[in-house]
Amino acid sequence: MAAEQAMTPSSYIGHHLTFLQHPVGESSFWTLNVDSLVTAALLGVFSLGFLWWVVRGATSGVPGKRQAFVEILCEFVDNQAKDIFHGDRRFIAPTALTVGLWVLLMNAMDFLPVDILGWVTHFFAPHGFRFVPTADVNTTFALALSVWLLMIYFSIAVKGLGGWIHELFCTPFGSNVLLWLPNLLFNLVEYISKPLSHSLRLFGNMYAGEIIFLLLWMMAAAGYWGTVFAVPLGVIWAGFHILIVLLQAYIFMMLTIVYISMAHESH
Amino acid sequence: MNINLTLIAQALAFALFIWLTAKFIWPVLMRKIEERQKQIADGLAAGERGKQELEAAGKRAGEELAKARERVGEIIGSAEKRDAQMLDEAKAAARAEADRILAAARADIDQQVARAKETLREQVAALAVAGAEKILRREVNAQTHADLLGQLKREI
Repeated sequence: MAAEQAMTPSSYIGHHLTFLQHPVGESSFWTLNVDSLVTAALLGVFSLGFLWWVVRGATSGVPGKRQAFVEILCEFVDNQAKDIFHGDRRFIAPTALTVGLWVLLMNAMDFLPVDILGWVTHFFAPHGFRFVPTADVNTTFALALSVWLLMIYFSIAVKGLGGWIHELFCTPFGSNVLLWLPNLLFNLVEYISKPLSHSLRLFGNMYAGEIIFLLLWMMAAAGYWGTVFAVPLGVIWAGFHILIVLLQAYIFMMLTIVYISMAHESH
Repeated sequence: MNINLTLIAQALAFALFIWLTAKFIWPVLMRKIEERQKQIADGLAAGERGKQELEAAGKRAGEELAKARERVGEIIGSAEKRDAQMLDEAKAAARAEADRILAAARADIDQQVARAKETLREQVAALAVAGAEKILRREVNAQTHADLLGQLKREI
């Protein structure tokens, strides 16, 4: 990859952690991470396309194996939503399904071997192509902030604007005038920490997973013994990472349900 | 690790995906699942109803059978009664016939006895007359004693 220079550990890792960026404006904000966007969009289209394809041919009679699989998936998400959220699930359940499936597939991109895929992406992205969109903080923040906006939207939609403001000032400590400021500060901390923890938990896990893989492959490149040790460690970490990928997607989906359903409840 | 426009683009993609799922995927599949749930519930209810109907039919059949058995008993009873009655009637008829035949035979016998008596009487009278004629031929003629002879004939 960076064949013209001698490969150092930091250049190897740095190379694998470089986004394929496309500037669309002056400042550094006006940049698009093409790799994250394209991979995420492809995975979304692929997963939803698959669901749509199955659902379009779905029957209310005896379902085929493919339909049964999709139904199990949807019923699983629906049951999770039902356990947490008591109300009309026509929005929250499909949202949870979209988040869960999409994040799962984006996380699962971490299973692809970086250096082998690098041979392919090298042809159109010589300076790096990161194909794990959830290891891009932009993606996880996009998801978490969308959920955050939904949270605020539902808070206002359910309790009314006045009710929401009342809640900001009068909960959780009480409606005494002296407690208005502490209440507001407390709620602000909550409103800030929710999207941060939501997004950074996923990002941190996926980013760390990627880094550990890179470190192991670097070790594999460090001579004979390095290879001998890196292979079993890589296998162990890959196995462990399967759990992380599934678990983080599940946690992200559950938190989405929890946050949105909390917005529906008045304290 | 820097925030850029990707965030907004991903958020838009996310919103689009949610909309697609909530509009074209979720409700369609849920409708199918609910339809199937309803079909299964209906099927179970129909099965339950069938079972109840079967039980009711069995009960009704049992009742009919009991009624039929009762009726058979009645018929057999009345047939036996009729049998005895017919036997009695036949016996009575036979007895009456026997009596009648006996009576007729008796009458016949009586008649024949009476006729025999008459004949005998006539013959006895004739014999007496003949005897008396023989006696009286020598003493009296028959005409003078005809009254006496007639009286005698009646007394025999």
